[in-house]
This record gives sequence, structure tokens and C-alpha cells, in this order.
Amino acid sequence: MTHSLSRGRFTTALLLSSLFLACGCQHRSAASTTFFPESAEVPDWTKAPEVRTFSADKLSDYIDGDAEKYLKAGVRSVSTADYRFKGQVQVTVDVYTMSNADGAKAIFESEPAMDAKTPALGDAAWLYAQSLIFRKGPYLVRMVAYQDSPQLSEAMLSLGHAVERKLSR
Amino acid sequence: MNNNYEKSRRDFLRDCALGALAAGAGRFAFAADRSVNPSAASAERSKVVVARDASLYGASSTPDSARVQKLLDRAMQDFFESPDPVSPWKKLVHPDEVVGLKVNTIAGPGLSTHPVLVAAICERLQQAGVKPGNIVVWDRTNEELDRAGFPLSSDPNRIRFVGTDSKEIGYDDTVFTAGSVQTRLSKLLTRTCDCMINVPILKHHVMAGVTLALKNMYGVNNNPNKFHSNNCCPGVADLNLLLPIRNKFRFVVADAMTACFAEGPGYKPQFAWKYNGVMVASDPVAIDSIAWKIIESKRAERGLNTLVQAGTAPKYIAVAADPQHRLGTDDPNRIHLMEV
Repeated sequence: MTHSLSRGRFTTALLLSSLFLACGCQHRSAASTTFFPESAEVPDWTKAPEVRTFSADKLSDYIDGDAEKYLKAGVRSVSTADYRFKGQVQVTVDVYTMSNADGAKAIFESEPAMDAKTPALGDAAWLYAQSLIFRKGPYLVRMVAYQDSPQLSEAMLSLGHAVERKLSR
Repeated sequence: MNNNYEKSRRDFLRDCALGALAAGAGRFAFAADRSVNPSAASAERSKVVVARDASLYGASSTPDSARVQKLLDRAMQDFFESPDPVSPWKKLVHPDEVVGLKVNTIAGPGLSTHPVLVAAICERLQQAGVKPGNIVVWDRTNEELDRAGFPLSSDPNRIRFVGTDSKEIGYDDTVFTAGSVQTRLSKLLTRTCDCMINVPILKHHVMAGVTLALKNMYGVNNNPNKFHSNNCCPGVADLNLLLPIRNKFRFVVADAMTACFAEGPGYKPQFAWKYNGVMVASDPVAIDSIAWKIIESKRAERGLNTLVQAGTAPKYIAVAADPQHRLGTDDPNRIHLMEV
């Protein structure tokens, strides 16, 4: 009896979850099973607990007119989390999940490189003083810092490698 | 004026009716004694002031508040030909009005209207006699305001910082038709505020080409995504043509301190630069025309295609000036640009 009740609740929860995702939404999660390394995983980086996820049809709520380009390239969702580097510099990490690797490549190559470094990360990467962009399979990762700081660029690369490992799982 | 969030529906409809009269006269619906914008139909030139300070940031990543105040004052005093920094605001607003400052915060802390500029505006508004509780700084969502550094507050005795998504706000039930799209407008615009000062930020936009004053109104309605097709044209112009927007619009104070020249409107540091400016105008079309030139100049400096070559020219600007919209002028011969 208890078992069937639990199973019923589980089924209901599953259906509601499916409906929630099908409707398109922004949802928040403090779960650690995400693309995002936790605070202790990369030296000098602290992660804020909240992870926000926007489905394709709510993408413009997050990135306004940028959304159209991602939709054309087959975006499914974006998850975003905030970090602090050495407790000071605020950084946002976005992980876009595309339908396939071609979509991630299309977005990556649509932006001018503007004297970027090209570190060995993912399938391709661009590194700037205050931002890092890379793609790996169907994922496109964008990291932006809101302040400049010595060693920030290298530190973002370290965080990028940690994100890449999460994507590989 | 009342201090409550909700104005009566009767007040709202009355405002619309007054707006219709004003629109019929081919004018922005400014209060008669506060008309500062030359008519789109008149021969008078639209003034746009661009004030800049190369030392605005110094060695810091944030602009210096005292310098921002001086920069704003310089821009406003030159626009209004005023000997002191408070008189311009007395010309713009009545002390009893609820004044809305529509900021742009979608790009987060890197590329949103700077709180320090808003603080400078609020300082002068209060000196002009506007009560703190009658100043409402607003945008689409509380979350975006918070992330951009604005201290959320709905305390009626203090300057308010609220998003349309606040429980007590939301979108008006009235459905407007903007071109071919139906839309609803924030109650902060339609009911809470008597007038709106548009406080956008200078940005490139991958679809619209340029986003400044006119495009900032995409944060006023409930479905901006429905207005993005065809490079946001005529979506931007059609939206700005709606009576409540024209009724409440009073002036533009644009943040051009940090701007972006490519891959906007999101914040991508490699495409951002410190322009160190504040731009002011009463004509949103004229100031957007100047914004286009500024962004093109920076793109040329960085070796990028023009927006026309890139296929993202802000063609909505010309549409906003056309005889069907008459929201201002994009004619260079009718724009008086003052760089100070």
C-alpha cells in the first residue's frame, strides 16, 4: 500500500516534471549534479549555490535578442551559475546545450575572435582577458568576468577545464 | 499624485485619451509647460548632447560617482542652456509627479545602466522637489535589477526599485496592438508613474543593430520576443507608437559610460569599451541615430564590418521617423549634436 502510494507520487512528480519542461520555463536548482564545479573543486573559485536553467522558448528572457541566433542553431537550454574568483571578481558561467555539435560550432564561429588566445580546451576555445568561450560536442560554454584582475585569464582557463570534465561525464 | 502602485483604470484610460489628442497633434504627449522636444513635423532641430569625461573611471573598474554627477550636470545644463544643475529637472518634471526611471538591466552588472548614474539623476530630481517615494526605478524583473546592483525596495517613503514581475505589479490587462503584434504593458508605466525618463545603455544588438532609447521599451511589455523579427523592424517603432509609452515618455538620459560595439546586447567583455559618456535628448529617434554613428565608428576602429554590411543596420530608426510613426527625426540636418 505504502509502496503503491509512493510509486503513485513518483509517477505524478515525473509527469509534472515532464509537463514543466515541455511548457518551457526557467527553473532554479541548488543541486550539485550539474555542469558546474563546486567551490572546493578548483582553487580560488567559489560557486554561488543557485543554478538557473532556461529552456529554448524562454531563452530571450535571459539573453534578449541574442536568443534568435541560438534558436536557429538548435539550442535546447542554457544553465547559468555565478562564481567569485578569490572572493572578489564576479564571473558568470553559461553552458548552452545544443541539439548537436554543429550548433555549438555555428555559435562559436559566428563571433569575431578579436585577438583571442586559442588554448587547448574542448573542441575549440577562445580566451580573452575577461572571458573564455569554448565548445565541446553539443555544448557551448561562455564565461565572463565583470572585473579585471591579475591571473584572471589563467584562472578562468582552470575553471574551464573543470567544466569540460563535467561535460565529459 | 497618489503614491500607490495602482492607479485607477479610469485614470489610465483618461491618460490614453489625452495621449490620443496629443498624437493627433503630431507631438509627444508632454505636459504643455514641459514640452522640450521639437515636433517631428516641425522644422525645429532636435538637440542631442553627448558629454564625455576621459577620467570617468580612473584606474577603477567602476565610474567615479562625483565625476558621473558632474558629467550628467554638464549634459543637462548644455541641453537646457541652464546656469545651474537643478533647473533642467524642474523643467522636466513637476514636484508632485511620480517619476519613473526605466533602466536597462538585462545584461547583468557588466553592461546595464549604472546605478551610479541613476543615483545622480535621483539626486537632482529630489533637489527639484520630487519626493523620494515618487521616484520609481524600474525594469522587467527584480532579479535583473538586483543583479545589476540596484537595491530592491518598494518602501513608499524611499526611492523605489521594482521590477514589473513584482507580485503587486504585473502587466496591465489592456491589450494593445503594436503593428501586427498584440501586447500588454507594465503597470509601472500605465498606472504607477506619471512620466518616464528613459535611462538606457548604449549597446550593439545582433538583431536590431543598435539598442538605446527606442529599443529600451522592449523592457516595458510582456512579450518583447514577439517584436524581434526582421531586425526588430518595424517592431521597435510600432511598440514606441503605443499611446501609453508616448504619453509617459519625457526625456532620455543614456548611459554611454561602458558600451559595446559587437555581439550585443549581452555582456561580452571583449566587445565592450569605455566610451565615458552620458547622452541626453528629448527626441528618442535622434539620440538613437547618434548612437548608431558612435557604434559604427568604434566598429571601424576595430576593423569590423559596418552594420549595413553585416546585415543588421538599425532600420527601425528610419521607420520610427517616417510619416506613419513620427516619433522623432533621423535626418542629420535636423539633429543638433552637441559634444561637450
